[in-house]
Amino acid sequence: MTGRIRPSDVLAVLLLTAFSVLVLMPFVFMISTSLRIPRESFTLPPKWLPTDFRVQNYRDVFDLVPMGTYVVNSIKVTAAIVLGQVVTASLAAYAFARLRFPGKDLLFFLLMSAMMVPLLVTIIPVFVLVRTLGLVDTHASLILPALTTPFGVFLLRQFFLTIPRELEEAAFIDGAGPWRTFASVVAPLGAPGIVVLTILAFNGYWNEFFRPLIFLNSAEQYTLPIGLVSLRGYMGTNSVAVVLAGVTIAMLPVVLVFVVAQRRLVEGIALTGIKG
Amino acid sequence: MTEQQLAHTSRARGTTLRSLRVREAVAGYLFVLPTLVGFLAFTVGPMLFSFGISLFEWEVLTPPRFVGTANYAFMLRNERFLNGFRNTLLFALVVVAVNVAISLLLAVAIQRRLPTLLRAYYRTAFFLPLVISTASVAIVLSFVFNREFGIANYYLGLLGIGPIPWLTSSSWAMTTVVIATVWKSFGFDLIVFVAGLQSVPRHLYDAAAIDGANGWQQFWRITLPLLSPTIFFATVVGVIGNLQVFDQAYILTKGGPGDATRTVVMVIYDDAFGTLRMGYGSAIAAVLFVLIMTLTLAQFALGRRLVHYG
Repeated sequence: MTGRIRPSDVLAVLLLTAFSVLVLMPFVFMISTSLRIPRESFTLPPKWLPTDFRVQNYRDVFDLVPMGTYVVNSIKVTAAIVLGQVVTASLAAYAFARLRFPGKDLLFFLLMSAMMVPLLVTIIPVFVLVRTLGLVDTHASLILPALTTPFGVFLLRQFFLTIPRELEEAAFIDGAGPWRTFASVVAPLGAPGIVVLTILAFNGYWNEFFRPLIFLNSAEQYTLPIGLVSLRGYMGTNSVAVVLAGVTIAMLPVVLVFVVAQRRLVEGIALTGIKG
Repeated sequence: MTEQQLAHTSRARGTTLRSLRVREAVAGYLFVLPTLVGFLAFTVGPMLFSFGISLFEWEVLTPPRFVGTANYAFMLRNERFLNGFRNTLLFALVVVAVNVAISLLLAVAIQRRLPTLLRAYYRTAFFLPLVISTASVAIVLSFVFNREFGIANYYLGLLGIGPIPWLTSSSWAMTTVVIATVWKSFGFDLIVFVAGLQSVPRHLYDAAAIDGANGWQQFWRITLPLLSPTIFFATVVGVIGNLQVFDQAYILTKGGPGDATRTVVMVIYDDAFGTLRMGYGSAIAAVLFVLIMTLTLAQFALGRRLVHYG
């Protein structure tokens, strides 16, 4: 059986290759168009190779629109949320994995049911809350409600449960309380889990569209996805190349993370399924 | 560590077992506190508020007025909502069916003996759309599917098809949104199916082969039954997610032409954040929530019984 190529193997490769080409074509189109002279953005027949190599588009997108502002805003909002989620989720995950306190199981159950509550059920009241606090059109409106994450608690708890108890007991015998044990044993050994949460949260909030669309209304506050969508409407079809340069820039960080940490990211994405 | 050892250690330090327990519990509550505050302030509170306000007429600037179930009754007569609901249901079912079919096919294909590098290439290609933003996908695809200049119509034109009004005709727009969604999301099902296939015991196929079953029979008699829990999972998760579709439809077509691609969440968005009818918007959200919860519970309850666990 080994060594022989069967017809069905050839068929599988053909199928996979055809689909991979279909999937990758828009990316190739995006990159090659982003390097074209703007008024020739749409040339038919399509030129798949970036013949013009007009890197200028990547500079123009920063000059013509507040691209720099969008980038800074996205970094700021995403970093704050990721940091907040990692801190709150790892603390809670440690408590649920190891500490004993009355009501723990009930609390954990309630928190896990929160994973099933879709964003659209809470978005109206959260908007009202944000409005009441005078936070509309500020980054705090995006950051504040996203600082905690039931899914992150679930994820990290799974990782923390695999840390050998003996290590924590050793810390205890050395006189460490729960805080010291958490900081010196659990957090370092649970780092792989924290990395997965960081990658997933970064990916999700960097790409977020719905909440920024509702909470932000001035261009100076826009994050990348919403900024780029508004940019498309504002620049028209003659400058598609410049718009696509912007899209490429926005995509770069998540694609880089994907390339570097594909396995972790894929495992994490498979897990996010359970939160529906 | 046994209770005895614990007690011994703590006595040596001049503390009692009891005070250690209290300290541990206090730490537990403190550790959970931030998450709990966020949970109450941004999930439980809003959820209750949302159900409550769905019984009121409330335009934010005016005081709320109690209207009982009027918002729900209005929904049933409101063509915009009903149309959005039909669109969303159809959209979710088609996307999930196509996603499952494509991913199943690709998962079986990628399981074959392939050169490692080739498999890595396929995985990268198929998973890449999962990590980029729906906004980027929609922007790029809106150019790809441009009627006059898009590459999609150019290549179809070479085959003598088209030009297809992908985004500008009410009969095509939904198809285009479906294609964009499948392109972006089938990788998730693929991940789940590849993982599921790895748990199908190899020896079943060997035994079937000895009995003379061909590849097709093996697929229907072994792969599909043993993968059924996974397929069920992917289907429910997919339906739940796609019932909440907004971003790609909003960016590609703004719900148009007409109301052809207007989804439920888009109706909520328009009513709650456009015309500020918070009560009505909340009522729609509540209906969608009940539907989603029912599906979630069905998954827990039926998942075990309906499908074959190997």
